[in-house]
Amino acid sequence: MSVANREISPRLGYGATLAIAALWMVPFIWMLVAAFNPESVGAGMASLVPRYIPTLANFAEAWGSADFPRYTLNTMIISFGILAVQLVTVTLAGYVFARIEFPGRTICFYLFLLQLMLAPVVLMVPNLVMVAKLGLYDSLLGVMAPYFASAFGTFLMRQAFKVIPRELEDAALIDGANVWQRIGFIYLPLAKPSLIAFSIVSVTAHWNEFLWPLMVINSPDLRPLTVGLASFTRGAEGAQAWGVIAAGTLLVSAPLLIAFALFQRAFVNSFASSGIK
Amino acid sequence: MATQWRVAKWRPRRTTLLAFAMLAPSLLFLALFTYWPVVEVAWQALHNQRKIGGPQVFVGLDNFLKLFADAAFRKALANNLVYAFGTVVPSLVLALGFAMALAKSNRVNTLVRALFFLPVLLPLVAAASIFLFLFLPNVGLLDYHLAKLALSGPNWLGDPDVALYSIMGLTIWKNAGYYMLFFLAGLQAVPADAYEAAILDGAGPWQRLRYITLPYLKPTIGFVLVIGLLNVVTQVDHVFVLTKGGPSDSTNLLLFYVYQQAVESYDAGRAAAGTLVMLALLLAITASSLRTLERSFGERDQ
Repeated sequence: MSVANREISPRLGYGATLAIAALWMVPFIWMLVAAFNPESVGAGMASLVPRYIPTLANFAEAWGSADFPRYTLNTMIISFGILAVQLVTVTLAGYVFARIEFPGRTICFYLFLLQLMLAPVVLMVPNLVMVAKLGLYDSLLGVMAPYFASAFGTFLMRQAFKVIPRELEDAALIDGANVWQRIGFIYLPLAKPSLIAFSIVSVTAHWNEFLWPLMVINSPDLRPLTVGLASFTRGAEGAQAWGVIAAGTLLVSAPLLIAFALFQRAFVNSFASSGIK
Repeated sequence: MATQWRVAKWRPRRTTLLAFAMLAPSLLFLALFTYWPVVEVAWQALHNQRKIGGPQVFVGLDNFLKLFADAAFRKALANNLVYAFGTVVPSLVLALGFAMALAKSNRVNTLVRALFFLPVLLPLVAAASIFLFLFLPNVGLLDYHLAKLALSGPNWLGDPDVALYSIMGLTIWKNAGYYMLFFLAGLQAVPADAYEAAILDGAGPWQRLRYITLPYLKPTIGFVLVIGLLNVVTQVDHVFVLTKGGPSDSTNLLLFYVYQQAVESYDAGRAAAGTLVMLALLLAITASSLRTLERSFGERDQ
């Protein structure tokens, strides 16, 4: 009886999970099927099974009707530009919170915590005013600047630095290493997994962001992929355009999906072990 | 005693200086784009501006009164509560189930985990573009296949009673795989011998869930709940693509309402008041879970 209990339920649960996984795939499969479908008109559009000779016509049309190469470049500049500055700011702040005792530390910690809930998009109106005041309206730098400091990254690095034995730093200190050398030669190499995890989280988040860049960017040739896709979708709305939209959506999503396929294990592991218990 | 005091006073000063020098880059950007904007938004909420660049007129709490008198705002507030809890709780339960079923590392499970994780990588705007057609009346994926089963779906995005739930479906699809990762990490902390002992004692799967897994995962559940709530309140990309808040404000959410006030109505005062209400909500979520967050980010551990 008890044997049956413990065997059957988990199997049922496993079967249900696999069934839901199949369901989870449906939107992707549908996008793929539609993107290569020569006739995305009318009744055939809901088909999940490809009954056609695949064509690249939808991709050609999508590619031609929006400047995807430019959007991709803009998105890359935004994502990697933010990351480059963040790696410096979060390393410094993470080291302070991990290793330095100073008056005002708790207040600073809570000030950082505040940013966790205040994504720049929540404060979009005053942030837009600030961006304009700094002369950064309608520029990629204006999209990037509010993210240059990251509370999330700071806490992540702090966590990673804390588990590094103090003795290592003390030894370097005795050898005459200054604080920058200690960070550069001891802390950063040992915290590499956390740095990678943070990089993945950060790039993914900013690659996918929409509303804030929409607010800041006015010129069409400064649009990131997400803003480009939204205006593209709106421009081509209607059932007959589904194939083209699917192709465009695939184009926009492809870079991250390919990166994920290539580095799947590292990707999932780094998310799962990003220092949060 | 006196010398000790002097040493203690002198040494922290140097390290304090170093600490603040290293925090300076972060604090500069936080000041520009988090702290000052909060002050700015509070000031704006108390003022009105007739036209862009025009003078700011002090109006006291007028913006808040107008805000709460606005049926669209009250609707957005109510929608946001339904939307937040109605997406985070089901995603969390699904994520926990996925994580428990896929906890064992093998080829199949790794692949299935990846399948659940795919939507996380998709920009919300892209996911919304797909779902726009999925929800299309008659010819869309849902209606077309429901018709084959001789069923007819509601007007997924066009019916005010249904549209918000359709959007919530998209959000659950998008986020469950993300929360799953936290639970996969959390499950690693559960000692295997706890299960073995329980099985020897004859505990069934439900008992093991109730008395072993859930207690161990309590911190993770708290963390996912908080991060999830903070997350979904600040996401509206899908509303932008799918419904623009309609029909009749049934899918309007706070942040989208603020966006409309700021960008479409040029009502900076009301947008600011709306932002403050959002801030209050986010603060309430954070404050009520400060201990969970602190534990997750490890302020009190040594």
